[in-house]
Amino acid sequence: MSELLSKIAGCVERGKINATSPYPPDLKGQEGADELTQKALKENIAPQQILSEGLVIGMRNIGVKFRDNKVFVPDVLMAAKAMNAGMKHLKPFFLSGAVQRKGKFIIGTVAGDLHDIGKNLVSMIIEGAGFEVIDLGVDVPTEKFIKAVQEHPTAFLGLSALLTTTMINMEKTVKAVKAAAPATKVLVGGAPLTQEFATQIGADSYSADPQGAVDFLNKAA
Amino acid sequence: MISICQEIARGRILVSDGAWGTFLQQKGLQSQECPETWCLTHRADGLDIAKSYIEAGADMVETNSFGANRIKLAQYGLESSAVELNMAAAAISREAAGSDHYVIASMGPTGKILMMGEVSEAAVYDAYAEQAAALCKGGADGLCIETMSALDESEIAVRAARQNSTCAVICTFTFQKTIDGQYRTMMGVSPAEMAAALGAAGADIIGTNCGNGIEGMIPIVNELRAAAPERPILVHANAGLPVLKGTTVTYPESPEMMAGNIALLVAAGAAIIGGCCGTTPAHIRAMAQAVKKMRR
Repeated sequence: MSELLSKIAGCVERGKINATSPYPPDLKGQEGADELTQKALKENIAPQQILSEGLVIGMRNIGVKFRDNKVFVPDVLMAAKAMNAGMKHLKPFFLSGAVQRKGKFIIGTVAGDLHDIGKNLVSMIIEGAGFEVIDLGVDVPTEKFIKAVQEHPTAFLGLSALLTTTMINMEKTVKAVKAAAPATKVLVGGAPLTQEFATQIGADSYSADPQGAVDFLNKAA
Repeated sequence: MISICQEIARGRILVSDGAWGTFLQQKGLQSQECPETWCLTHRADGLDIAKSYIEAGADMVETNSFGANRIKLAQYGLESSAVELNMAAAAISREAAGSDHYVIASMGPTGKILMMGEVSEAAVYDAYAEQAAALCKGGADGLCIETMSALDESEIAVRAARQNSTCAVICTFTFQKTIDGQYRTMMGVSPAEMAAALGAAGADIIGTNCGNGIEGMIPIVNELRAAAPERPILVHANAGLPVLKGTTVTYPESPEMMAGNIALLVAAGAAIIGGCCGTTPAHIRAMAQAVKKMRR
């Protein structure tokens, strides 16, 4: 049983989606996260266990490797595809409440900024850590962030910016969110950001890589 | 006037220009605006930027067309303006460059990831073909496909530029230093892999832009040179990573600091050197003076 779960984790980490997927070449023809997750459900392994001991472990491993520059964006994207292939079989259990996620995470790229690659990577890795992700998209006005945290009062909020010009405006967003929903924990990230900047604007957490955000959420959730 | 590649073949080191994006911001460009629309609405500002680099001693200037491919323009609902914006961008820099300086027109990434199926290869090719043709028609001598990180998208861009213009085709990647001291793009591509793939795709000139300051460009150029001994190399270095002081963003590397690394870059194999984010006409002036000294 645990062997099956570690196989699922391995498929996620390697980006192995299903038996017909040609990637990665050395696993060609073998079953992927798709089939193995179904197999695990058939063997009556608890969906919660499939998530936390299979899919989440795979995404954690790829997140750590990404942080350590052992793998790069394409590897994370393939891992996320494999994770989603397994996750889709767990969706009914999320809806029924049989599988509990660790918490909610709202994310968006701040107003004036149309860049989404970084935001999407963070979304995938945080979903892969067992959180429900609510993605507000790019060029998100402050009011929309506020509305979302008021609708989901227990959610964490992630703000992304790639441009120095939009990064500057993050402070206003952080302050406005904190004023409207003081308990909301705000995480910030993006290429031009630094810890110093994040502290200065009143954010609760900064990380140079998605795994750092996962570490913060796992502690805070 | 002989071509850029012919000049390089004669052993001449050329100076390119500095930043456009941060310069436009200084002139009032707002973050929510599409920068390339300024080619139509603020023509005099673009002309002033290009002229200030020529006056500083640059042999060539870029254009305000980095994001003017129809895939990126679609984010602003401006995809049908692609041809008009690119022709205007090239014409502005051509006016500043006159007949005795070069225009290398900027072409940036689409912002979409091909391997995720966000966009088709055909759509990427068509977008770059359209942009390349319009920039060429507007008066560009070279096309500078820059800030790239993925091989597939870049190979398509180079092919599209090659097949739809008569311009020299330049392609530069943005590399970051990994924890273990190697250089990779965010997509994991090394300088050596890039040099081989882009040479095969038909780039006349390869190189690197943006990055983490001018010193970090030297090992990248070394690796490019080793992988492609014959191919001319262009470097557009940023003035270091942006630093926030209060509410203003500054770039740490001074004109003197950047100029002080020119000889090392040339020794490593760079044939064209200019600036990226945060560099100003003062940076280009200092770099041009450093190059002039080496020419003697």
